Amino acid sequence: MSHTIIIGNGIAGTSAARWIRKLSDQKITIISSESQHFFSRTALMYIYMGHMRYEDTKPYEDWFWSKNRIDLVQDHVTAVDFENKMLSLQSNSTIQYDNLILALGSKSNKFGWPGQDLEGVGGLYHLQDLENMEKYSKGLKRAVVCGGGLIGIEMAEMFHSRHIPVTMLVRESDYWNNVLPPEESAMISQHILKSDIDLRLGVNLGEIKNDGTGRACAVTVKETGEEIECGYVGLTAGVSPNVGWLKETNLSIERGIVVDDHLQTNIPSVYAIGDCAQLKNPKPGRRNIEAIWYTGRMMGETVAYGICGRPVEYDPGIWFNSAKFIDIEYQVYGDMPAQHDEATTSLFWKHSDNEKSVRINYHTASGEVKGFNLFGIRYRHEVCEKWIKDKTHIEEVLQNLGLANFDPEFFKQYEKEIVDAYNHTTGKKLQLKQKRGLAKALAFLKG
Amino acid sequence: MKIIQNIGLLLFVVAILLFTIMLGIGNQRLTEENIPGKTPAHKAAIAEAANAEGILNKDIGNIEFISVFGKVLKKAQQNQLNVPIPDGVGEWDIKIGDWEIGGYTSAAVKKSANGPVQENPILWLLLTFGLAILGGLLFIIPKFYEHPGIKNNGIYHDSLTRGLKLNIRSLFLGATILGMLVFGFLKYQNLFWPLVTLVVGGFIYYLVFYRENSKQNTPQRSASPIHTGWLGVLAGIYLIAFYILLYWFPAYINNWIDMVDPVSKKLSGGDASNWFLYGLMYTVIVIVMGIRMLTKYQHNTYQKVRTFSVMFFQTAFAFLIPEILVRLNQPWFDFKNMWPLDYDFFFSFNIQDLLYGGGLGPFMFFWGILLFVIGVPLFTYLYGKRWYCSWVCGCGGLAETMGDPFRQLSDKSLRAWKYERYIIHGVLVFAIVMTLMVIYAFVFERSQILIFNVENVKAWYGFLIGSAFAGVVGTGFYPLMGNRTWCRFGCPLAAYLGLVQRFKSKFRITTNGGQCISCGNCSTYCEMGIDVRSYAQKGQNIVRSSCVGCGVCAAVCPRGVLRLENGSDDGGSRTEELRTIHISEGEVKMLG
Ligand SMILES: Cc1cc2nc3c(=O)[nH]c(=O)nc-3n(C[C@H](O)[C@H](O)[C@H](O)COP(=O)(O)OP(=O)(O)OC[C@H]3O[C@@H](n4cnc5c(N)ncnc54)[C@H](O)[C@@H]3O)c2cc1C
Ligand code: SF4
Ligand code: SF4
Repeated sequence: MSHTIIIGNGIAGTSAARWIRKLSDQKITIISSESQHFFSRTALMYIYMGHMRYEDTKPYEDWFWSKNRIDLVQDHVTAVDFENKMLSLQSNSTIQYDNLILALGSKSNKFGWPGQDLEGVGGLYHLQDLENMEKYSKGLKRAVVCGGGLIGIEMAEMFHSRHIPVTMLVRESDYWNNVLPPEESAMISQHILKSDIDLRLGVNLGEIKNDGTGRACAVTVKETGEEIECGYVGLTAGVSPNVGWLKETNLSIERGIVVDDHLQTNIPSVYAIGDCAQLKNPKPGRRNIEAIWYTGRMMGETVAYGICGRPVEYDPGIWFNSAKFIDIEYQVYGDMPAQHDEATTSLFWKHSDNEKSVRINYHTASGEVKGFNLFGIRYRHEVCEKWIKDKTHIEEVLQNLGLANFDPEFFKQYEKEIVDAYNHTTGKKLQLKQKRGLAKALAFLKG
Repeated sequence: MKIIQNIGLLLFVVAILLFTIMLGIGNQRLTEENIPGKTPAHKAAIAEAANAEGILNKDIGNIEFISVFGKVLKKAQQNQLNVPIPDGVGEWDIKIGDWEIGGYTSAAVKKSANGPVQENPILWLLLTFGLAILGGLLFIIPKFYEHPGIKNNGIYHDSLTRGLKLNIRSLFLGATILGMLVFGFLKYQNLFWPLVTLVVGGFIYYLVFYRENSKQNTPQRSASPIHTGWLGVLAGIYLIAFYILLYWFPAYINNWIDMVDPVSKKLSGGDASNWFLYGLMYTVIVIVMGIRMLTKYQHNTYQKVRTFSVMFFQTAFAFLIPEILVRLNQPWFDFKNMWPLDYDFFFSFNIQDLLYGGGLGPFMFFWGILLFVIGVPLFTYLYGKRWYCSWVCGCGGLAETMGDPFRQLSDKSLRAWKYERYIIHGVLVFAIVMTLMVIYAFVFERSQILIFNVENVKAWYGFLIGSAFAGVVGTGFYPLMGNRTWCRFGCPLAAYLGLVQRFKSKFRITTNGGQCISCGNCSTYCEMGIDVRSYAQKGQNIVRSSCVGCGVCAAVCPRGVLRLENGSDDGGSRTEELRTIHISEGEVKMLG
């Protein structure tokens, strides 16, 4: 019986294991060092905030693994002998594989700041990071979070939830404006400030000061030289593939492990998926490393098909993602760059409460809709995707916009205001034809 | 803000302390006039025994009085055994039956009570209810000024809401079940029904553990792994004690009942009973904690509308209207309650009350039948069982208001789900069989069916399901096992609604494509212990008979993945996913 070993029990590795088990009977082993069981990394913040316990972040009960004959080994892989298909573990044992899936995830970036290895300094990626935060939280007077992005805001919210004052140092001139268009970026920046987080825009971390005992006690702002006293420094300037330990091998590695359309590496029977994989040929408009949950899940499924003898090409479909900025939810469907190109028109509507907005981009000449950016309003994934895939005309989309609305019952519907905004800029007289409702949406999707 | 809230908390604690302490204050002074007894013979016998015991016209502390008076009643009972029964007089007009004891004790206590509470009930009402409401509101109202959004910070850091370790929880549950069975045995002096219950319970245990192979599936997520929240345990014990006194020892809470007398007189014109006290407390709690719910979900219209709805139905339908009906000489009737939750609807006393009690009675009887014959299938088909469970029902109302801080304590394990299905459907069968027996007995004027005495079946259902399960475990276990323990494991009406919802309804929770990040918020905050995430992460819609449609899973989801909807009735395909996650080959099914 062939034996597939998966290194890493994150969403990518776990998805691969589940799908291999669905498709075949072969032996599956997952080796991972961080935790015995798969847990949801995206929920780390909720453990610290007291919304959930670690147990609640495990998507499967502990008996699930043995029931599905997926062997779990909690150990660290120290070396891979690709020639002999052999792994060496920290516990000094070795283990043989037929197929190897590398699902190693990421690690937090550190850019060589002075003091970055002091006590009381840490990123937010692993469970151990959470323990570190917990350890220093008691009696903490202030925390400084360095780096905007999605993990930075989460860390700020975490401290804030425990009434610990937080300063955020963000390099960009507005929060996350390398990804978000200016209006949305400004809106989120204001929301962060309103939530009593001391957001400093357009500044970088200078150095982290040592209190003399090896603990961080302050940071300096590079631009102004200002010193901010703090008991904890969070480093959240992005993540990069966790592949350093494989660099000396024959495996082809650039930033991540280079894989082809079937997620195979340059070494036969070795695959890489999830955060650590770098696509040789990303789809047009897509990055070669997309370190997010959904891509890890899709890659896991794809690789399983390949290993079980039914190879399919990795196709992440139309881009989608979501996040939450303190109290504002964010969803995106399709291609929504911070700065759209000349050929594109952007329809933007914002609620007067400054916490809800909708942006729809479309091709000016043809009217084809290209994407949706949603803040504080939920839209249906399938409906938006179908519109984008079918290159539906913006006016068709607007008239039927209610089909996409996914907000809870009794929530106010703003589709009419969005249509009005379009009419206002174009001088047209479109009417909203569809209100929110499941039956119509189902009919649309099936038809 | 913080100061106001702390003052509120302090006032609330003071109110609870006073409320507890007041049970022990005041005296009883039994006089010739306030000796209970439905016949002169009973009265005389009790008076004689009281005299012999030397308690007539003496002030006795109220708790001591209950035990002394118990002895008096026993003596009177014994004395009457030897009294010859004259012609034309019923046996039980002379002898004192066991079933009279509780009523006589309550009556004696109520009539002979004198003390600060009886002298100034309004003052005590203000010091307890008033202070608790004021404290509660001071604590709650400032929350309206917080930024709207999900407010679950620190729930698992709080000793009140953190839950129990699995083994301590099992200990509590086991002790409560055994305690109830032993108490049932002592109360009815009958071993048969406690034993039957034990055997059925053991059988369900066997089915879940061995037939369903749940033995090796030790649940990991059901209870707190590290610490037990002792404040929660304390709250649970207090609630359990409250229900035991309320149901079976009302004489001990006479001061509470006397305190609410003035309110009862204003409403129905009569004296308060333990049930009136309970109704008033229940309503006050639903309103105050309902306001808390409104602060918590300021941003969520669905939650606000739903909370207003349960507050309204509790206040108007369960509390005010029935009392006003009584004032108008109509039968006491709760227009929103229905069989089989209202298990005594078909009991002969109720049928007689309604059908022959005059006035609106026959209409009420008809209405009660209409509700469960037409109302349940129709509304559940259109909207799912939520129309009742989280919009109208009183038990649901309490669970959604007072119970909201404890919703995360529901057990999400597969094992719990297996227990749930056996137990709740078992109760439904018990309710139906019991009711059929009652109707049969009523129509054919029998008291025995096969080997079963119908009165005993009724009594055991009332004791075990109606009181022990619905009350003691149902509400007492809020801080121990979550706020819907009764609704999930016990309520026969929920079982019935659930069957309709599962097999013939437009309701489902839609999953938004592939947006789920498996974070677990939805499962954690599902009060029915549904592992919502296990569906959402596969892109599958959620169609579960137990879902009460509270909408909290959709509210807490940080990625906007879930939506409660009523769509076209697409039958079986409600459970199919619209989109597999990536490769649309075959159906994605849970591997578990
Ligand atoms: C705080 C936070 C919030 C996030 N929120 C979102 C979000 O909202 N939406 C979203 O799309 N994405 C989010 N992400 C990103 C998402 O979590 C990651 O993309 C995803 O978890 C990556 O999964 P993975 O399986 O590739 O790797 P991982 O989850 O990192 O799993 C890899 C595992 O392999 C183990 N491992 C590595 N090397 C070895 C070795 N040599 N031996 C043994 N074990 C090893 C690691 O310890 C780790 O446990 C978030 C990330 C973080 C940190
Ligand atoms: S599934 Fe959602 S709506 Fe249904 S009971 Fe659970 S939390 Fe409430
Ligand atoms: S809360 Fe939302 S994102 Fe989290 S597991 Fe549930 S459905 Fe998925």
